[in-house]
Amino acid sequence: MATNGSSKDRELLPIGTQAPDFSLRATPDQRVSLSDFRGQPVVLVFYPADFSPVCGDQVALYNEMLDEFSTANAQILGISVDGAWCHLAFGKSRNLHFPLLSDFEPKGEVSKQYGAYHDDNGESSRALFVLDAGGIVRWNHLSPDGINPGADGILRALDALTPEQRGATRAARAS
Amino acid sequence: MTRESAAGTLTPPVSDSDHAEGASSAPVTLVEYGDYECPSCGGAFPIVKELQRKMGSDMRFVFRNFPLREAHPHALHAAIAAEAVGAHGARKFWAMHDVLYENQDALTDADLAGYASALGVSEAEIANAFEVDAFADRVRADFRNGVRSGVNGTPTFFINGVRYDGDWRDVTAFLGALRSAAKVHA
Repeated sequence: MATNGSSKDRELLPIGTQAPDFSLRATPDQRVSLSDFRGQPVVLVFYPADFSPVCGDQVALYNEMLDEFSTANAQILGISVDGAWCHLAFGKSRNLHFPLLSDFEPKGEVSKQYGAYHDDNGESSRALFVLDAGGIVRWNHLSPDGINPGADGILRALDALTPEQRGATRAARAS
Repeated sequence: MTRESAAGTLTPPVSDSDHAEGASSAPVTLVEYGDYECPSCGGAFPIVKELQRKMGSDMRFVFRNFPLREAHPHALHAAIAAEAVGAHGARKFWAMHDVLYENQDALTDADLAGYASALGVSEAEIANAFEVDAFADRVRADFRNGVRSGVNGTPTFFINGVRYDGDWRDVTAFLGALRSAAKVHA
């Protein structure tokens, strides 16, 4: 079990704010940007470390739920400070079918912007965000590092999105 | 940033369509969401048996499926095979359930068909169960409502509809939680 954060822990990026864009490596030769998914909801999963027991259980759960997220038109992205090669090995070992992004250099920069970083141990905290199709934070949740937050909160947050927030009318709005 | 009140509450509640051991009039219902190939669930198997022995007629035990298919390649077919055998009656379901947990290292399709056959369900019927949607749909429905109920891994237990967040390996504490739930409902 990872250590808990200190009093220096940050506040999560609040509900209602525009989520800052980022571009992070998903594999050693591929980058993924948040803006790639504009027009659909995004589930951001910040987690402390590849291969740690709770993280393994948590990502294994989300990995089984990809068709549920897809039904909600949502894309899930995992983010930790592990390097892209580590993510590759972790993803292969667990048969993961969603991107794990590497917040590695400058270390933790994106996690810090989202208030999902432990300054004392240099890892992302176990934070969840649901962003709507316009990139606005609609739900967030901070879990103690040793507790797997599950997916019920994510699903309820996705259920609560309006059709427009889901991106259902994005073609109409874009004109 | 807080957990909603609905989190950790069993939805849908236990009904006649569930696999249950024990009377519906029992003051305590223990529900397990489990995966037949998950080593932790294998560890919980004898503990649940012990709880059933100690609680006796005060407890009804219900099993719902939560196979992590990507992590455990045989888990989905094991769950389907148990459902297919269960279509022949509750006694056969529980016999299959027990055989699977006693043989977690031998869950290939051929193994599953063999266990079913020993319980009087033909190998052809099991092979067919893997091909049709009916049993897979039930397993998938269990998984979905498990996630919505706050199942975050396996095994996850619910006592009278409320997720048990204590350590299930601690039999004394688990038994204590069951007994106090029995008192509340007595």
